[in-house]
This record gives sequence, C-alpha cells and structure tokens, in this order.
Amino acid sequence: MTFVARRLLMLVPVAIGVTIVVFFMIHLIPGDPAATILGIHATPARIAQLHKQWGLNRPLVSQYLLFMDRLVHGNLGQSLYYGGPARPLILGRLPPTLWLIIYAAVLAVAISVPLATIAATRKDAVRDHVVRAVPLLGLGMPPFWLGILLIYALAIKVRAFPVSGYGTGFLGHLHAMFLPALTVAIALAPVVIRALRASMLNVLGADYITTARSKGVPATRLFLRHVLRNAVIPAVTVLGINIGFLIGGTVIIENIFAIPGIGQLMINSIFRRDFPVVQGVTLVFGVLVVLVNLFADLSYAALDPRVRFDR
Amino acid sequence: MSAISLPEPAVAAQAVEHAEPRPRRWYRQPALASGAILLAIIVAAAIAAPLLTRYNPIKQNLNATLLGPSAHHLLGTDQIGRDTFTRLLYGLRTDLRIAFIAVLLPFCIGTIVGSIAGYFGGWVDSVIMRLVDIVVAFPFYVLIIALVFVLGPGQRSIYIAITLVGWVSYARIIRGEILVAKRQDYVLAARSGGLPAFRIIGRHLLPNVITQAIIYAMSDIVQDILAIVALGYFGLGVQPPTADLGSMINDGQNFMTTHWQLTTFPGLAVVVVGLSLSLIGDGLADLIRPGQA
Repeated sequence: MTFVARRLLMLVPVAIGVTIVVFFMIHLIPGDPAATILGIHATPARIAQLHKQWGLNRPLVSQYLLFMDRLVHGNLGQSLYYGGPARPLILGRLPPTLWLIIYAAVLAVAISVPLATIAATRKDAVRDHVVRAVPLLGLGMPPFWLGILLIYALAIKVRAFPVSGYGTGFLGHLHAMFLPALTVAIALAPVVIRALRASMLNVLGADYITTARSKGVPATRLFLRHVLRNAVIPAVTVLGINIGFLIGGTVIIENIFAIPGIGQLMINSIFRRDFPVVQGVTLVFGVLVVLVNLFADLSYAALDPRVRFDR
Repeated sequence: MSAISLPEPAVAAQAVEHAEPRPRRWYRQPALASGAILLAIIVAAAIAAPLLTRYNPIKQNLNATLLGPSAHHLLGTDQIGRDTFTRLLYGLRTDLRIAFIAVLLPFCIGTIVGSIAGYFGGWVDSVIMRLVDIVVAFPFYVLIIALVFVLGPGQRSIYIAITLVGWVSYARIIRGEILVAKRQDYVLAARSGGLPAFRIIGRHLLPNVITQAIIYAMSDIVQDILAIVALGYFGLGVQPPTADLGSMINDGQNFMTTHWQLTTFPGLAVVVVGLSLSLIGDGLADLIRPGQA
C-alpha cells in the first residue's frame, strides 16, 4: 500500500472515535439531559419532544446509530435557539474561522522563521539568548488577555486597526483580522521558534552543510537551499502537532474580537444553552483538526521522501 | 496523530545519555534555580495571602469603587470596591491550587496507560494509541470548553475535563520513552531474572523515563492555568464571587480605557507563573541532557 492510502485508512478509526465522543457529550450532562438543557424553559411536552428527537428512550447503541444516520445525511440536529437546522448555521460561520486559522499560521511562520534564524546562526550569542527568552514569556501568556491589550494599544489608543469584526473584501479581511491573527500567532510562535531553532542547529552541524560550505556555496543560497529546507520539516511537524492548539485558540480569540466564526458561535450557543449547536461545532472542530493533520502529514511526506519508506 | 509526528530519534538519543553520570547539582543550573525561586515566591505569596493583605477578597465596599492605585490599595479597587491586589493574591491561590491538583490525575493515568502501551505493545498498544488519536483530534480549548459546558460550570468539571483531555500527552511521552528503554540490557536482565512485568515497569523502567513526563508536566501546568483562566473569563470556570484571575480580566475589560490596571495585572500574574514553570522545565531538561539546550 502506498503511504497516502495507508494514511487515509488510519483516518477511519479516528473519524469513528470522534463521532462517538461528540455523540457521548449528551450523556455527560448530569440528570435528564433534555430537562437540564431546557432549564427554566422545560415543560413536559418539550422534554418529551427532545427525548424523541434525540432518541433518548432507546438503547445506547441504537441512539448512536440514529445519530450517525443523521450525520451521514448531513443533519447536525436542530438548533434550540433558532429553531432551524444547525448545519447551515455552522457552515455559514466557517469562512471567518478558516480565514483566521490560515492568517494566524502564516503570521506565526513569518514571526518564527526570522527569529529562529537570528538565534541559530549565532548560537549562545546575546541575540540567541534574547530569542530564547521569548518562548519563556510567551508560553504563559493568556491569548485573550494579549488580545485585549492589543485592542487597547493598537485599536483604541493608536487607531490603526478596527476594534472588532471581520471586514469586507480580501483587503478588508486582511486589515480587520490582523490583530486577532497576530494574537493567535504570538500564542503559537514560542513552540514554533523553539522547534525551528533546534532543528536549524541540527542542520547547521550536519556534514552536508560542511560539504556545501567547502564547495563555496554562497551564504544566502546555502541558507535558503540547504539549511532552511531541511530545518522546516520538523517545524512543519511541530505546527501540525499544535494545530489543535491553533484551531482551539480561535474559539477564544473570535470572542474577544467579535469575529462571526464558529468559535464565537460555540461560546454564544453555550450561553444560550443551545446544545445541538455546541455539539455540531465540536464535531466540525474535530473534523477540521483531523483534516489539517492529514494535510500536514502528507506535506511532510512530500518535503521528506524518507518518510514514505519508514514503515 | 501518527508515528511520524513523534520525534523518535531524539528519544533514542536521550536514552543513551540517561546512562551517563550527572554530577551537576540542581541549584547550579541557573534556569532551574531562578524558576524554582520565582515559583516559591509566588506560591508563598498566594498561600500567605490572608497575612499580606487586610482586605477581604469578596467583600464589596460601594464607597470605594474604582479607586486608583494608592498606599491603601496598591492596585486600586474594582467596580464594586474590592481591593485588586487582594483579589490578585486570592485569585492566584484559587487558580494555582486548581492547576496543581488538576495536573496530578492526568499525570498518573497517562503514565500508567503509556507504560502499559509501550511495554506490552501489540493490540494493547494499538487500542490505546487509537484512543490517544481520538482525543488529540479535538482542539484542546474546544474539548475543555465543551466538556465543562456539558458537565456544568465549576471546579469539579474543570478537574474532570482536564483529566479526560490531559492524560494523552503523558501516555504518548511515556510510551515513546519505554519503547526505547525496554530494549536496554538492564531490562533484559530483569526479564531473564523472571521479574513480573509490573515490577519491571515500576521499579526499573519508570524511574528512568519519568523525568520526561515531569518536564512536560511543567508546561502542562501552564497550559492548565491558561485553560482555567480562559474558562473563568467566559464565566464557565470558578464561579463568582470567588476571586479568579480569568473573571478579574473579564471584569476589568469594561474599564480598560480608564483603569487599565484591573485587566493588565491579573494577566501579568499568569505570565510570571508561566515564566517560572517554563524556567523549571527548561532547567530540568538541561540537567538531564546537558548541552542540548
């Protein structure tokens, strides 16, 4: 079997597992899920209706099969707050979230590559120590707190960016989403800088770099063609492992910057006790991470042919 | 996700260095020593909060709302007249306590599950690793927030959510380390001596590999604190009026333009806690594999 086919096959148990976890969320709700979710709005009729809708009076396996049957037909349940189906609600909110994720990943790389280069090319110099101090401060920084400070500094004091929102048009998004993307990128940068610096140091010490140097390869070319390309692979892996963190960070950041994505929808739905929407968003987030991880693994294999022969 | 995203060669390299003698003392390791001192000061301040301040963290004083910093109120007061410095200390106390307790269960469960997977291999390993894959498929914050929502807000839910999500990282780390360590001669010797598997794991393997999990625990505590603070910010975590850094940041946000200290200092406190734990983690890592930084 080819690497791609094997990787795709590995997706099956994970995908099933993800649906089981999302399905099971309802049974973690203490007491009668329907009564708890409805809270003060609970009437015997509405409770009975939800019981029927979610199949709560059936055996567990049958409930799951009902859930899966709806899922494969694209049914994510009915929103309790809006009344309509949850799927268009969630899918309509997806573009801003995807924008934010990609924008943040690009900014994270744009921040990390120069800093890691600065550090790795002069190991143990002052600039190396300065760059290595960045992750120490960055790791413990609550992203939403950083977002609030950035809004205050760059949107309220200096009116360079809008306080909130998504903007319109490509350039509008680029402008309006800069601060939120920067916030997520700064939260992500520490891990990427660390990994990139370590792998650059590894590459710089490799024999083929010495060979290239002795052949008289110019410094820029040496760096771009020999060092960076090889050093980027572990960094892609680290980015891939932390993609869950990146995607999860958007939940919080979207709420700070009032971006109408699925993260904001999730928190709003939590306050509205709109369980089906929370469940649907959780599932979409899980699918998103699985897909991005797949993409990271495949691009990893494309960057480094050795991966394909590994196992 | 898959095996290729784990840095296996690095694990192998460390395992060899485990065998070397380590003459360096912990206090000679600057990062470790400074991190430990910093954390000790923070923890001491949080524990001694009732001695350090004469105010009550939850008692309102509507005659003294939104005061600026002064000799009486080091960081001023909030919108219902509570001393911000006092709430900061008590907030640290709450959040640190929850984070330190919350990290214990995932640490133990992950270590046990990871060593079983790594030592026995085969189908046991496959099943456990697929479970790990499933948990990892969800973004950390999304799963924590979703779990706390369904379980109902509050501390008990935080513990459950962090345990359900957190054990995977430890399981992965310990499994990877044990996969390498179990091929070493001393394990073969123990096995040929007829020792039962659980004794080999507990007495021979774990003492050699647990440090990696401890190092990871340092950054895990930071992550847990961030999650607790984020939950508090959204009103899903520690419930008011108990002081919590997250809800303090949220409360202060409305007064950002006039009273920036209300939001800034609770966040800064989290950054300093994170710094101290990161320093400890880095120092420990350096102590185990010197020169690799």
